[in-house]
Amino acid sequence: MSEVIVITSGKGGVGKTTTTANVGTGLAMLNKKVVMIDTDIGLRNLDVVLGLENRIVYNLVDVVEGKCRLKQALIKHKKYPELCLLPSAQTRDKDAVSPEQMKALIDELKPEFDYILLDCPAGIEQGFKNAIAGADRALVVTTPEVSAIRDADRIVGLLEANEMTRIDLIINRIRMDMVKRGDMLKVEDVCDILSIPLLGVIPDDEQVVVSTNQGDPLVGGSSLAGQAYVNICHRLMGEDVPMMDLDAKKGVMGILRELFRRS
Amino acid sequence: MRLMDFFRKKSSGEIAKDRLKLLLVSDRANCSPEMMEMIKNDIIQVISKYMDIDAQGLDIQITETESEGSNGVVPALFANIPIKDMKHRPQK
Repeated sequence: MSEVIVITSGKGGVGKTTTTANVGTGLAMLNKKVVMIDTDIGLRNLDVVLGLENRIVYNLVDVVEGKCRLKQALIKHKKYPELCLLPSAQTRDKDAVSPEQMKALIDELKPEFDYILLDCPAGIEQGFKNAIAGADRALVVTTPEVSAIRDADRIVGLLEANEMTRIDLIINRIRMDMVKRGDMLKVEDVCDILSIPLLGVIPDDEQVVVSTNQGDPLVGGSSLAGQAYVNICHRLMGEDVPMMDLDAKKGVMGILRELFRRS
Repeated sequence: MRLMDFFRKKSSGEIAKDRLKLLLVSDRANCSPEMMEMIKNDIIQVISKYMDIDAQGLDIQITETESEGSNGVVPALFANIPIKDMKHRPQK
């Protein structure tokens, strides 16, 4: 049975694409068959974050317009054979695709994959409507900032209006040192305000930039963010994983402890 | 000013939380400024039947309040209506 998950946020730049790349790769590492669809037509990014930008031949719009078969457009990741990407078109417009066409496309992918992840564009226009059309559940990504949370709340409202049954929250880029000083919203505050279930918290981590530079998601690595993404993947699969201790002081020790545990 | 702030400053995280809570109440209520204006005018009409009010000074806004039932915090419409004169009582 395949699950269709849309990753959305409303506001841009909060980490939708990074989250899609890491959750997708993480699930593939756990031997799940995963396809990620970049639904941001005109501004594609997911291919770059995954390091697959040089392998694109056909894209989402080509498939929808019947210029190629679906299989031809899917890019298989060399490192993770269970992982596929359906890239977006860079030179087209958002309304090149309709919600009905997206639904049909997803239905065609369902028998082949365990998870179908949809990377949603920022905003609440056509691109958003396309991305949520065929999804069973949604992951709303936000950062602990007023603007991002406000947009996330609006997105939750729109998802509920579209009868999305499962909506979970991912809080990205939290800095525990700032939370301790009282200069950043606490995880509990964000959950309290948005009142949707929390799926995971990703600490602000330089390694995210490093991994994006390299085009290789950090999920599964030794960084705190990498660990946090692994936990999110397990929770998506229905496992009960306790929330990580992101305490800044224990950060370095935690990593060391993790290293020793592994060797 | 800085020194004063130092002693009784709310942390910026707290300020963010307070601002967001208010912001989201009005966002969620989905009240357009036009609709608020219509509500305001209707309130003026109704209250004016019974007393003389200062229509210019009337202020309405959507915030939130602790529910007396078990719902916790709920949205609330607050109206601040300055009364000029109580003489206009209904003739009955």
